[in-house]
Amino acid sequence: MQKSVYEIDSNQLIARNTWQMRLLGDTGAITRPGQFINIELPGFFLRRPISVCSWREGQLTIIYKVVGQGTRYMSGLASGTKLDVLCGLGNGYDIEKAGSQPLLIGGGAGVPPMYALAEELIKSGRDVTVILGFNTAEEIFYQEEFSKLGAHVRVTTADGSSGVRGFVTDAMEGDFTYVYACGPEPMLRAVYERCADGQFSFEERMGCGFGACMGCTCETKYGYKRICRDGPVLERGEIVW
Amino acid sequence: MVDTSVTLSGLRLTNPVIPASGTFGFGYEFAELYDINILGSLSFKGTTREPRFGNPTPRIAECPSGMLNAVGLQNPGIDKVISQELPKLRQVFQKPVVANISGFSIDEYVECCGKIDAQECVGIIEVNISCPNVHNGGMSFGTSPESAAQVTRAVKAVTKKPVYMKLSPNVTDIAAIASACEKAGADGISLINTLMGMRIDIRRRAPVLKNVTGGLSGPAVFPVALRMVWQVFEAVDIPIIGMGGVSSAQDVVEMMLAGATAVEVGAANLKNPMAAKEIIEELPRLMEELGIERLSDIIGGAH
Repeated sequence: MQKSVYEIDSNQLIARNTWQMRLLGDTGAITRPGQFINIELPGFFLRRPISVCSWREGQLTIIYKVVGQGTRYMSGLASGTKLDVLCGLGNGYDIEKAGSQPLLIGGGAGVPPMYALAEELIKSGRDVTVILGFNTAEEIFYQEEFSKLGAHVRVTTADGSSGVRGFVTDAMEGDFTYVYACGPEPMLRAVYERCADGQFSFEERMGCGFGACMGCTCETKYGYKRICRDGPVLERGEIVW
Repeated sequence: MVDTSVTLSGLRLTNPVIPASGTFGFGYEFAELYDINILGSLSFKGTTREPRFGNPTPRIAECPSGMLNAVGLQNPGIDKVISQELPKLRQVFQKPVVANISGFSIDEYVECCGKIDAQECVGIIEVNISCPNVHNGGMSFGTSPESAAQVTRAVKAVTKKPVYMKLSPNVTDIAAIASACEKAGADGISLINTLMGMRIDIRRRAPVLKNVTGGLSGPAVFPVALRMVWQVFEAVDIPIIGMGGVSSAQDVVEMMLAGATAVEVGAANLKNPMAAKEIIEELPRLMEELGIERLSDIIGGAH
């Protein structure tokens, strides 16, 4: 964990209610895809935890959906704005278990962390398939970016306006060595039922984001875990629904 | 050179800043960011006899200038705290700590305090009779002078360490409860715990917290905490640890002027993990600006 000041490089709408923010600052504390940052916003008591979409030395990208007052405020921030950020939070995905043909599944706001994960897995020589699930065509983002990385991309929309009609589970056919998933809990559960092994990233309301307040604890087969610190990524075998 | 030290029941602290129980875990998350030995002391996560998961999530809700929590005393239980957490804590913090103990019966308080009495690293026992987030215990002991006195007497009988009773603000007469604790032998008073509150999600038309209600903390409660410290200072002759929304060195001085000998910093640690460090570093500068040579001179100074 590291606390430092970041500067907004760009902040733009990329799909319905969905914004991409590029931040300039020290990313040295990020060690794995699937980790998150916790952003202080003037006028709000609690920070806003947002998963890291991608990072390089000195810059990182987040993609967030406007769902409440905090994210609405974020969408109005201009380039050059300075933000106080806790960086490198959470455990992130373990890529060692991926095997040769991993399947990555992101639903809505769960798509962004899959990008850095796909990048790392492809870099390490894996044949990566990605399923991106959305409600409707207007919400689709990063389809092309994933393709450019070299991933096989499948898109699903609940209303059938683009790609496969239905949910991410309607596009899971094929032989895969491992599953990585991030998205709403009903999606995670449906994916869980359809795979033998994998890692799942969970969301919870957080107080601190770094393990101090016990605000986001969940039960697992290996004991109580703090989503912010011991998660957000849990292994399939430890999840208690 | 100004003197920031204060003394609580014979225990000298290099400064009055103590992270509040439940906002600092057992210290090691913060030790990743700074050397926490600069703290006056630290009050560790509220501990009960049995391990507790706490309440179902969501346990956290945001409020203007603060937050609600309904964690519900999640902790590994007194035996594991002693065998696992305290040795880890000792690796990152070498000063005497404040042991925060909670319970659901007098027997439970007695058993936990008896066990913690044997721990050399514990300087003060802070007995939480004020948790608003558990049912059939916790706060119910802190809402009447009689039951508060009963817990105090029972705990004092099993420990030689200083006993500070941590009081709830969700009462009509805080001074009467503090006085009852003092008469029953308490060495000091800690206050305030959180104020009971709630939020409703207007889209779901349901409470945000699964527990329905939670405890409000943060700057929103500071004026209430300050008023109660003021009232308790008027009512008792034992030291007070003041807390509730303290977020700056100014707040520390204000709390001490109201009557606090030491000050706990709570929700501020969650928003800014460097908060306690920043307050400690700012204190000497602020003291110079205010012409304070010895911080202990200002305790109750506004009365």
